[in-house]
Amino acid sequence: MVLEVKDLRYHLPGNGRPLVDGISFSVGAGETLVMLGRSGAGKTTTLKLVNRLLEPSSGDVRVSGTPAHAVEPTKLRRRIGYVIQEIGLFPHFTVAANVGLLPRLARWPSDRIDARVRELLALVGLEPAEFAARFPHQLSGGQRQRVGVARALALDPQLLLLDEPFGALDPITRLELQREFRALASKLGKAAVFVTHDVREGLLLGTRIGLLDGGRLAFLGTPDDFRASPQPEVRKFMEAA
Amino acid sequence: MAISTGLALLFGLPLGVLVAHHPAWRRPVLGLANVFQTIPSLALFGLLIPVFGIGAWTAITALVVYALLPIVRNTYTGIAGVDAAVREAGRGMGMTDGELLRLVELPLAAGFILAGVRIATVVSVGIATIAAAIGAGGLGVYIFRGVATVDNTLILAGAIPAALLALLADALLGVVERRLVWRQR
Repeated sequence: MVLEVKDLRYHLPGNGRPLVDGISFSVGAGETLVMLGRSGAGKTTTLKLVNRLLEPSSGDVRVSGTPAHAVEPTKLRRRIGYVIQEIGLFPHFTVAANVGLLPRLARWPSDRIDARVRELLALVGLEPAEFAARFPHQLSGGQRQRVGVARALALDPQLLLLDEPFGALDPITRLELQREFRALASKLGKAAVFVTHDVREGLLLGTRIGLLDGGRLAFLGTPDDFRASPQPEVRKFMEAA
Repeated sequence: MAISTGLALLFGLPLGVLVAHHPAWRRPVLGLANVFQTIPSLALFGLLIPVFGIGAWTAITALVVYALLPIVRNTYTGIAGVDAAVREAGRGMGMTDGELLRLVELPLAAGFILAGVRIATVVSVGIATIAAAIGAGGLGVYIFRGVATVDNTLILAGAIPAALLALLADALLGVVERRLVWRQR
């Protein structure tokens, strides 16, 4: 298993209601686990507990078998691709510099960085000759999101965390990127955790679906089981689809 | 003047970063810099003379103190203005705090920081001219001597170069700003 999460809990300092309340799941290579849930259900928090942008109150996270708490957070994060809705491309860097940043920080030789950047841009459907020298503000929303995915793949991480990556896109671009992501995910064989509140997106992309409700996993299973499940929160989501 | 602005940058930049990253320091640091800025320059010279004596060091200290506020405040404003998503993406992909500061926060804040340096420099030229009053030398000497002897030529011999110096410093830093600062085109 690329990612194993056991009995993960998180509450804010002080004694508030736990935001993540004892969840367990695992994701293997080639799998995409979609985390569904309403706003505030703990989806984003769960992702941040995996890459230690937040520190778990208790529980166990293992990435490729190594306990996450045993690795320095920055080292851990370089082994995990992370894509967020706002993308957060560096506005003063070109597309090539954005995608090649982590290889550069890892002190790769520059010809190897160039080759990797070209390879990644082609992979996400951006013609390197046309896009490498552009700045983020010269791209459309969909193109920016492609660059975000390419950047997350730069160091070839085995695990990807995606937090509503297509949430801000128009419906057509969104569908296009969803289809491409599905093809890419199965081609690359990465393990991915994909957070969304959009059931249709979840059913399209997930090899498994986890439904978070109030910080607990109300459902965990295949998309087919999800469609058939009598669980009340699942029903509400299926009705909204 | 160059020395004092350099020193102010040396202290001001880290202070601005500190204030941007640790909100608890914001009020005391900016407040103190504000207090210094508010004291009239001749009064500040007066306060510093008992400590540093009459001469250049008093003037330099006063200039550093004056230059500090625009630099600290602008560094803080620039870094605080960096898009939260950009910072989060950087941290999420595994950049260390140092890498984030060096490669992202400071470059994106550079416009504000240089604007602060520009203000500090121009203010410094003005105050450095007054520093002649406490025996620190400089172009102000001609102005004060000219005023004392009612000699317009002597006054202008000090005033014109001082004005030109301020304009020149401002223009030079403007060029640096255009060269160095990334801007959305």
